[in-house]
Amino acid sequence: MAGATEAPEAPSNQVNRVGLQKKDYAGSKSTLCIGCGHDLITARLIDAAFDLSLKPENVVKLSGIGCSSKTPAYFMSRSFSFNSVHGRMPSVATGASLANRHLKIIGVSGDGDTANIGIGQFVHVMRRNLDMIYIVENNGVYGLTKGQFSATADKGSKQKYGNVNFMAPIDLCALAVELGCNFVARLFAGNTKMMRQALQAALAFKGTAMLDIISPCVTFNNHAGSTKSFPYVKEHETALQDIGFVPAYDPTYHEMAAGEEREIKLGDGSKMTLKALGNDYNPTDRVGALKMLAESREQQKLLTGIIYVAESQPTFPEMLNMVDQPLATLPQSVTRPGKEVLEEVMNELA
Amino acid sequence: MSTAATAEAIGTIVNDFSIHVATANGSGSQTSNMVLLRALFQMGIPVSGKNLFPSNIQGLPTWFTIRASKDGWIARKQDSDVIVCMNPETADEDVATARKGAVLIYDDSLRQQEKRPDCIHYPVPFKKLIAECCPDLKLRKLVINMLYVGVCAELFGIDMHELKVALNKQLAGKQKAIDINLPALEHGAKWVRENLPKKDPFKVQHMDANKGKIIIEGNAASALGLMFGGVTVVTWYPITPSSSLCEYLDEYLNRFRLDKDGKRTFAVVQAEDEIAAAGMLAGAGWAGARCFTSTSGPGISLMNEIIGLGYFAEIPFVICDVARTGPSTGLPTRTMQGDIYSLMYASHGDTKHIVIIPSEPKEAFEFAQEALDIAEEFQTPVFLMLDLDLGMNYWMSDRFAYPSKPIHRGKVLTKEQLQELGGKWGRYQDVDGDGIAYRTIPGTEHPNAAYFTRGTGHTPQATYSEKPEHWKSNMDRLAKKFETAKKRVPKPVISGHGSKVGLLFCGTTTEAIREAVHELEHKHRVKVDLCRVRAFPFTTEVEEFIEKHERTYVVEINRDGQLRMALSGELPRLAPKLRSILHYDGMPLTAATVVAQFREQEGAWGKGTPE
Repeated sequence: MAGATEAPEAPSNQVNRVGLQKKDYAGSKSTLCIGCGHDLITARLIDAAFDLSLKPENVVKLSGIGCSSKTPAYFMSRSFSFNSVHGRMPSVATGASLANRHLKIIGVSGDGDTANIGIGQFVHVMRRNLDMIYIVENNGVYGLTKGQFSATADKGSKQKYGNVNFMAPIDLCALAVELGCNFVARLFAGNTKMMRQALQAALAFKGTAMLDIISPCVTFNNHAGSTKSFPYVKEHETALQDIGFVPAYDPTYHEMAAGEEREIKLGDGSKMTLKALGNDYNPTDRVGALKMLAESREQQKLLTGIIYVAESQPTFPEMLNMVDQPLATLPQSVTRPGKEVLEEVMNELA
Repeated sequence: MSTAATAEAIGTIVNDFSIHVATANGSGSQTSNMVLLRALFQMGIPVSGKNLFPSNIQGLPTWFTIRASKDGWIARKQDSDVIVCMNPETADEDVATARKGAVLIYDDSLRQQEKRPDCIHYPVPFKKLIAECCPDLKLRKLVINMLYVGVCAELFGIDMHELKVALNKQLAGKQKAIDINLPALEHGAKWVRENLPKKDPFKVQHMDANKGKIIIEGNAASALGLMFGGVTVVTWYPITPSSSLCEYLDEYLNRFRLDKDGKRTFAVVQAEDEIAAAGMLAGAGWAGARCFTSTSGPGISLMNEIIGLGYFAEIPFVICDVARTGPSTGLPTRTMQGDIYSLMYASHGDTKHIVIIPSEPKEAFEFAQEALDIAEEFQTPVFLMLDLDLGMNYWMSDRFAYPSKPIHRGKVLTKEQLQELGGKWGRYQDVDGDGIAYRTIPGTEHPNAAYFTRGTGHTPQATYSEKPEHWKSNMDRLAKKFETAKKRVPKPVISGHGSKVGLLFCGTTTEAIREAVHELEHKHRVKVDLCRVRAFPFTTEVEEFIEKHERTYVVEINRDGQLRMALSGELPRLAPKLRSILHYDGMPLTAATVVAQFREQEGAWGKGTPE
């Protein structure tokens, strides 16, 4: 199918900084339809994790239910994974993050899983700032139940068998910005270069990064009249920026001339650079971001890139003033108060 | 005036009566009620305090019943002996429904004498008295309730010193509040002393029955159990009558579970709803935390999908259900054993869950710890079943004992163990033959530690499978695990003398049944055997008890006999031996109800007494 422009592969025997090869980040074989946008995202996640030298043991992959939510099986088999319940991945992620605050969470969801059944949990998880990337593999339809509209389908968009969506779409990027998410991007699964860079930056970001990735469904939503087909998105995509990722360990890094590029610190010593492409869009301006999203919707433009980014804020475990050691492995000497405590309480109640 | 014909002479019924106080909610009456309750407790008299309150914040009627019983009966009593009418709105009804010979205390403007010549009347000029002892006009509405405490103190001989100690404790030593309340307490007593001749038979005297006892609500007791049980992640969504459990827990944890730098060794999170609260448990339990939430029936309904996931994906977490009266919003501030069946078989498909059922605070403290252990030992959701009566009412209890067993985390493979195994293991493989497989915790640094958790069909190696043989063998293993649990969960408490008839019950019906059995034995010369079930799955002792008895009455607080239904389903050949004694009006069970229904059915059974 269209859009499958692969980046040049790293040599298969290349080893990253934690001594792993690309194949150590692989998963089991995808069972999605051939040409599915989701598989492109999966491939870029493997690239990004390898490039960043993520330790698979420190990563957990969580998902809800749907085609998108099956994808955690297709990458990073050495990482724990939990394919949970429809629309409830955000709460499962919250619990995992409380049990072990050092886990990096890759949450994968779809537009139905997030914008329909899961909208409540999406809204609340955006407020918590877990250390997590929240990927919405957004194709505007339900795949596993064969082509019903989701709440991100554009008004006027046509279903495979002719029905037209008459309701306004939910803009997940606008919601995320509004709710205080500090890293919000809209990407296109077919834009390999931007995805690879943005995924690395998002994974390096401390806090929640929400990525709304337009990922066409080749089986149920790739026809004329769909606004989420490969041809439509390719034709309508306008990239906001050229995204660069500068890892903390990279000795070739140097400061750019002011005005030429925008530099964003990601909280782990690495940086993201953003070079505006023929616009003066400022992705660090929250109000401006919301305005831009509203305008682009009116003009039926598909703008991709970093919608909003701010410096890292305290994560949920930090806000809760939790100990550094994972709660999961605290010993009894810490979790069971002494006899004198019970004695004190009993005396109060006597 | 009162022509109250009571059989008993003045001051002859000692330490054996109940006081029913009617107030408006939000009027500060809780402090007064607790001072009264505590003072009696401190005098060494067995007491209980039951709050009957509306689903409202201010202005609606609320009642508090204190029962003092030298014989230690602490269940609700059918009829109250003393009624204090502090709420003019309900005074007429409170007086109308009083039993013959009851003592009525009310504001003298209410003029109730003619209505109930068969009762003992104590009109008190509350409004005049409060004006005399509380100069601040705004505070009078609240402090007026302390007047009736003084009135009762003088009428029934409650020790003023103990009242002052109780007041100090209840107001946490806040001098300003004490200075406002104490004059009312003393003024009420003084007025009675100077103006009101005693006409009733009720009296209290110091006893020594409360050594080593405390007064506590079941929710607070459970919270303490969870803290000492090593809970680390607590999620919750507010719902009566469970909210105070997590609020107590939050309070205790913040007091006693900070590390030396003041950092929390726990997380307490208020979720956006019960679905999220349960979802967080699924994530936290999966990632290795000892985790917990509390809720009530409507919350259980919402959590059902995740409970099924927890059962099937084998994730440990504990849910406490403090049951209230349903269905729907029902009577949110009244009690019911309404979720017995829906907990045991929660969610869709083939599910069965471990349910642990304490009957009083000490057991709630111990079973909360047990629930955390059992959840991790069996890698499954475990329910702790309370009800409003246990959760929110004040119970006398033995002091809690410090846990004697170490915390048990179940079958968790560490990095070192994985190395010894050469990385070869299967998440859903029954290695030990008990149905319980080994698990690993996310973050374990071994290349073979990870596995894929899913609610879909899976193999012993945790890979996806739709194969019939994989599905069936996995379901059979889960059934085996449940069978193993029979040997682990708390056994029933059985007592008796080899009677042909048994009473079987669980939870808060215990006290009423204890009292009923005493009455049956001493008044009606009928002996029955008792089986208090403390867990699901039903252990072999439960089976043997029903087997041994000609007929067994299952006593429970719901309309449909949910416990009996479960027993009938699990032990179908014994189902014909089961009868029901049911109570379902929102109020706690009384001994009188048990005795009446038992005698009626035994009579109708045509066998006379079972002896």
